[in-house]
Amino acid sequence: MFRFRLDGSSGVPPYLQLVHQVRQSLLLGYLREGDQLPTVKDVASDLTINPNTVVKAYRQLEHEGLAGGRPGQGTFITGILTQSPHDASAALRLSLEQWFRDAERAGLSEDTVTALIAVVRHDMRKEKIG
Amino acid sequence: MTEVQALRAEGLGKRYGHIWGLRDCTFTIPAGSVVGLVGPNGAGKTTMLALTVGLLAPTEGHVEVFGEPSRAHTAGTLARVSYLAQDHPMYGSFTVADMLHLGASMNPAWDRPLAEQRVDTLGIPLKRKIKALSGGQQAQVALTMALAKRAPLMVLDEPVASLDPIARLDFMRDIMAAAADKAITVIIASHVISELERLCDWLLVLTEGRLQLAGPIDDLRAGHRLLTVPRQTADADLPGTVIARDDSDRHSTVLVAADPPPQHPQWVVEPVSFEQLVLAYLRRRSAPDLVPAQKAAIG
Repeated sequence: MFRFRLDGSSGVPPYLQLVHQVRQSLLLGYLREGDQLPTVKDVASDLTINPNTVVKAYRQLEHEGLAGGRPGQGTFITGILTQSPHDASAALRLSLEQWFRDAERAGLSEDTVTALIAVVRHDMRKEKIG
Repeated sequence: MTEVQALRAEGLGKRYGHIWGLRDCTFTIPAGSVVGLVGPNGAGKTTMLALTVGLLAPTEGHVEVFGEPSRAHTAGTLARVSYLAQDHPMYGSFTVADMLHLGASMNPAWDRPLAEQRVDTLGIPLKRKIKALSGGQQAQVALTMALAKRAPLMVLDEPVASLDPIARLDFMRDIMAAAADKAITVIIASHVISELERLCDWLLVLTEGRLQLAGPIDDLRAGHRLLTVPRQTADADLPGTVIARDDSDRHSTVLVAADPPPQHPQWVVEPVSFEQLVLAYLRRRSAPDLVPAQKAAIG
């Protein structure tokens, strides 16, 4: 059975963390169509989290067409994530890795890299607005 | 479709002598919520809980539990609320078995198998007297009583203060399991903000006897943003309401309540974490005419 985890310090709302984990596991092939997700009660007591958070995450997954409830049985994976964004992300990942290696070779510290990414993002957002 | 309201408070206030312990509290909480009640010592948390469960009478306003006044005190209304006080009071000379027997005789919906099984799992001897138990064990017996009552509303006043980290996790786990199983409404007053994010979906922030913030946590987070702006930006030029502001030499970090989230080419706009949100409201000053209320003795 699939198991969720929770990162208390990530700042991402708990229900989104659960949704992300299912999406990620689908992309990586850890979850497949027909797999059963743990019951709301099991997740709530397993992670010591509010059951409504789990309900909300499952509802979001249903809304995205990734999971569905079967009355009296539980929640099951019903969808697969399309491969095209996955392919694109694989290519992007490669070029990003190359970029990080270049940055390291150029002697940029981790903080500088993070700041650089934030600045570029910020400027691009500015372009869109301006 | 009308949503069932577990709690509805309107203009709720309580005065101790000439000092207001709580004032002007208006909020509604839908059934099935798990509510975190946060506030510094003396903010009125215990007063609010005691008003909710009907141990105190309001000086002004009123509070309803599942549509009936909290102090109706009929058998029906009493059976609907389970209250675990801060010091989890029990009869020291009673044995654990006596306490459970008392619970069974006084509560119509008493879940005897649950009570006996829980005490057994925790390894608490039935024949031992309450006063001979450790603080943590006493808290566990008190929680067992509160759970076995099978009330649709459970009110917990700083329930885990006396427990070690593992015990408090187990304690909260049982409450979350009960919430999932029976769809009960839970109110937890606590100082452990980091813990509340995972436990609660509703938040009440109380300071100096006033309600500062109330609502579903996801909505509250969506309605607030953390902005990094140039230092000279005046509060008046910022969108929404400024909740907290921290100025450094060239820039300022500002927490604003603004929906929809603001956008500005010169600002960095970020989502706010649960802890940032709660701390900002805890530090916020309330109306200047209010005298800070001291924690009042109840009962």
